[in-house]
Amino acid sequence: MSANNDILLHVENLVMHFPIYRGVIRRKVGAVHAVDGISFDVQRGETLGLVGESGCGKTTTGRTILQLFKPTSGHVYFNGTDLVGLKREEMRHFRREMQMIFQDPYASLNPRMTVGDIIGEPLVVHNVATRKEIQERVEQLLDLVKLSSSFTDRYPHEFSGGQRQRIGVARALALQPSFIICDEPISALDVSIQAQVINLLEELQEQFNLTYLFIAHDLSVVRHISDRVAVMYLGLIVELTSRNELYSHPLHPYTRALLSAVPIPDPVADAKRQRVILEGDVPSPVNPPSGCHFRTRCPIAEAICAEKTPDFRELKPGHFVACHFADRFG
Amino acid sequence: MTDLLLDVQGLETQFKTEEGIVHAVNGVSFGLKKGETLGLVGESGCGKTVTMLSVLRLIASPPGKITAGKAVFLGKDLLQMTPKEIRHVRGGQIAMVFQDPLTSLNPVLKIGLQMEEQLTLHLGMTRKQARLHSIELLEKVGIPNAKDRLPDYPHQFSGGMRQRVMIAMALSCDPKILIADEPTTALDVTIQAQIVELVKRLRNELGMTIIWITHDLGIIAGLAQRVIVMYAGYIIEEAPVKELYAHPEHPYTIGLLGSLPRVDEKERHRLYSIEGLPPVLYDIPQACPFAPRCKWALERCWKENPKLQPVSTDHRTACWVDTKTRESRS
Repeated sequence: MSANNDILLHVENLVMHFPIYRGVIRRKVGAVHAVDGISFDVQRGETLGLVGESGCGKTTTGRTILQLFKPTSGHVYFNGTDLVGLKREEMRHFRREMQMIFQDPYASLNPRMTVGDIIGEPLVVHNVATRKEIQERVEQLLDLVKLSSSFTDRYPHEFSGGQRQRIGVARALALQPSFIICDEPISALDVSIQAQVINLLEELQEQFNLTYLFIAHDLSVVRHISDRVAVMYLGLIVELTSRNELYSHPLHPYTRALLSAVPIPDPVADAKRQRVILEGDVPSPVNPPSGCHFRTRCPIAEAICAEKTPDFRELKPGHFVACHFADRFG
Repeated sequence: MTDLLLDVQGLETQFKTEEGIVHAVNGVSFGLKKGETLGLVGESGCGKTVTMLSVLRLIASPPGKITAGKAVFLGKDLLQMTPKEIRHVRGGQIAMVFQDPLTSLNPVLKIGLQMEEQLTLHLGMTRKQARLHSIELLEKVGIPNAKDRLPDYPHQFSGGMRQRVMIAMALSCDPKILIADEPTTALDVTIQAQIVELVKRLRNELGMTIIWITHDLGIIAGLAQRVIVMYAGYIIEEAPVKELYAHPEHPYTIGLLGSLPRVDEKERHRLYSIEGLPPVLYDIPQACPFAPRCKWALERCWKENPKLQPVSTDHRTACWVDTKTRESRS
């Protein structure tokens, strides 16, 4: 593990397989290879974007980092301590440092709790404040996320999607964490509301020097908010580099296809682009293809891609890619 | 104007709810030329879907009611047709593709049967003809091994493939107009790109007239020739696609375009955000419905609701403010 002080989170060969049981005696017949061995760092104060299509394992990655799933193998170092294998009590201490904002602001807030109780709950659970302090803190947090402090006694159903997401953000901030995993925090929101929440997240990051792992499927949003971006495909990170490098010099054929598939809200710029349309669908993670996971849809795949899994190598300084032929685009 | 395939005039649709009457569509007028692709853009609840459902008379009544307007299609008003006549139009001459193919397909019937049913019913084909034609249609929309997929159930298809099946079914009776309601919203970007490519190809091959309903200004930029922007049940701007993206006139359109992160964004900057929420209209507003969120609102905007007016030959906007001078239009 790294001695580098600037690295807040270091993930090493993280594997998360979910077993599939069948039959009367519940015999294990296979596994969903949700995360298949990934390694990356998140530096203090940065936003690392984790982007990929549905089923690529990006949400599982986030949850496994928080030890909400027990990883099959691998290590997650947070501030130098390996979280994997920690006891519940030991983990509790770290939970205060790491919080999560969820995708669906309708499902992630308990409809029977008031806004005040929802935002104050982390403080109660961790037993860090008196009732009076909690009340003050809740009002402070509501103010931070630009909601009126008079909302404390209301219930989630009285709020719109954007407002609910702000409540979710306030709850995540309650314990003053240093690291927040944002799991598709805006994809359930309307266009004009998305910008409000993105701006809020950026302002809070500056104010509290927060570190984000920003999980999303929307490459435009990820480009906007991230300092560095990791692209996932079928349980593996296929490319990782700084935002501008990724978008101007993508090296992995999947990244190239993904970028060219994103619509640009400008008919003139859109017409000028070259399109790479991928054939077919993402294969099942129960039985990922041998060798390179992307080879079944890859426009440049050759025999070696089926035989040998490409290394995740640093082709240019700070630019990692897992493809046998990545040099072609370099 | 005789070259209009569909001519909608002063359409109004309301819904009775416990809280009062919701004015979902408030005097919407537009024409659709043969062979063009019209984009209907707006956020959830702006009335874009209800407008098209009203035209096809697919509004459940009660609670919904079309209270005024005409929708002339091939010389006949759809809103005055007998149930039998409108059924004939719906299946055959105007077809609709919905957002979620899984809820639009019958889960317990084989795909082949669902396709053949339509063909035997609307076109009076025999079972055998229908079967052959179904295979042809599935091949046309790019489903591999179409013949072998006929006995499959909807759940055996992936999301993208299901949407292809929906498009094949919509095309089966050679419709004059295809209405696509957010057909790619539930899909991943690479699959979305496949579907858009497919629709473009079919449009060229068959010379189809399309109305594409979406909240995504990105996708519409590369697809439509003309765009209508809706807000709170009103058309607030209408222009040819290039004109709209290059010179948006309405503050809402300007705000919406400014709030979108772009995948080709170079410098990091704060997104423009439209504060507040879209209104739910329980009363016909006396003021401009956008005034509470508009940063340029003038005194007049709070007193009179602006009508859609031309700013140039084919560019219309409903706004009192001249966005260049920030002063009132005469």
